[in-house]
Amino acid sequence: MSSGRTETLTINMGPQHPATHGVLRVILELEGEVVLDAVPVIGYLHTGFEKEMETRTYHQNIVFPARIEYLATFIEETAYCLAVEKLLGAAPPPRAQVARVILMELSRIASHLVWLGTSAIDLNVTSVFIYCFDDRERILDLFEAVSGQRMMHGYVRIGGLQWDLPEDFEARVRRIIEALPARVDEYEALLTDNLIWRKRTEGIALLAPADALRYGCTGPTLRGSGVSYDVRKAFPYGGYEQYEFDVPLGKNGDAFDRYKIRMEEIRQSIRIIQQALGRITPGPWIVEDRKVALPPRHELVRSMEAVIHQFKLVSEGIRPPVGDVYAAVESPRGEKGYYIVSDGSNRPLRVRVRSASFNNLQALPVMVRGGYIADVVVAIASIDIVLGDVDR
Amino acid sequence: MSAVGDLVARAQQHTGVALDVTEFRGETTVTVPAERVLDVLGAFDAAPGGPLVLTDLTALDRHPHEPRFEVVYLLTAYAASVRLRVRARLPGDSPVIASATGLWPAANWLEREVFDFFGIRFDGHPNLTRILMPDDWEGYPLRRDVPLTEEPVEFVEHVPKVPSTIIPKSPPRS
Repeated sequence: MSSGRTETLTINMGPQHPATHGVLRVILELEGEVVLDAVPVIGYLHTGFEKEMETRTYHQNIVFPARIEYLATFIEETAYCLAVEKLLGAAPPPRAQVARVILMELSRIASHLVWLGTSAIDLNVTSVFIYCFDDRERILDLFEAVSGQRMMHGYVRIGGLQWDLPEDFEARVRRIIEALPARVDEYEALLTDNLIWRKRTEGIALLAPADALRYGCTGPTLRGSGVSYDVRKAFPYGGYEQYEFDVPLGKNGDAFDRYKIRMEEIRQSIRIIQQALGRITPGPWIVEDRKVALPPRHELVRSMEAVIHQFKLVSEGIRPPVGDVYAAVESPRGEKGYYIVSDGSNRPLRVRVRSASFNNLQALPVMVRGGYIADVVVAIASIDIVLGDVDR
Repeated sequence: MSAVGDLVARAQQHTGVALDVTEFRGETTVTVPAERVLDVLGAFDAAPGGPLVLTDLTALDRHPHEPRFEVVYLLTAYAASVRLRVRARLPGDSPVIASATGLWPAANWLEREVFDFFGIRFDGHPNLTRILMPDDWEGYPLRRDVPLTEEPVEFVEHVPKVPSTIIPKSPPRS
């Protein structure tokens, strides 16, 4: 009898694939159905944000962050504006800070709803997808009322906000967060005790804490493995130190733990929003420093200095001091940071986007080796990547 | 922050490398000679208050200023809530620096990205190939002597300015 020869099967998954959550290509080496290795190939959504941001002023660059991580738009915009404010040494007024916190937490909830819907539909639970997107529509309607746009707002500005909050803002936010906990309970009832969901996610896509740290993972991917690191607690920004909230942790580092963490994070976001709603005070919505923010229109008819400031800001833009800063926020995926290097001119020398998804995706091969090919889908879903964030 | 100061002092002691420490807006940046960067990173990692996580690894191009490139490492200690930036300067022609993949596997893709965009080679990297640009791309896009390709949108009777020319670059503030 002749000796057999074994070969492994190399199969390509993506970039156009319904379960890769974007244009992600994974080259899988299989032995039957067991994955021996997975090599993610990225770059299909690379648009050169970092280079574009070097060719525009700090104010013109405000349009880009929302397009980088398009599912958590307010969080991304705030990350960029916090970095520029840190560079300038400017701080937004209290009303703007509280508004930013509320909008950021609503963004987090919206992003987690997308994650839940798409992860569920990957595992053929189609009803959860539609319900989650319906809830997200309420949040996007609020975003449209606040900024004029559902997704690419440009509302968070350097030094504060673009304009004041609408009059019914508080009432609308309360309506949303009053309806949400019952819906989240429904989703948990559908999934958490669901035998199929448990079997597909428990013990799948395991990531040991040491691996998670060494691969630079952050967010629920890291916290699922039991490491407690949340940028809102470790390096508080934008007023988060005033709010009481818990950071859920997992134990086993599997997909089920990450699911539980994100569901709990939705509830904690609701908790933060409830506290923040009580703290909105009337006042200015952007910083008063005329070298950072445009003067209000009514001042232009009275003051020559205001006219000059307006002219300089519009024709040239702000010129921060020479130096470099890094400002990070907790995005739904992990630590999202902006490293901005200024050479003193009106354009940044370098804008580096520290992307949470890019680092988390590096750990994908570790999670899927030795598992089945069907679990690759669960692993990709549980990391919650946004390809715009991975590729920029 | 004394926690950062401690880390820096210990690393300086341990490696014997002269570290240039600067602070700006509450952040500490340590400039290291490029040949000793792995020693210094390893010393930070091994110091009490660590181990440190490699949060980010990136580069910048200060063309036409020499030394042209700077490789920037951002390290974070989660338990102590401490951040530290390490910077190494490299010359413009054939920039090479040691790879940090031995210390942190996270550096793998991050260094590939720096190579892809700046052409800085990392000695000891297991697979230094392009990651975001197409595999057959020529050139290093994020270098400052490579211009941004901007095509004007051609409407019927009107070609607006390309965005980077709307507000020209101003000289640095004196």
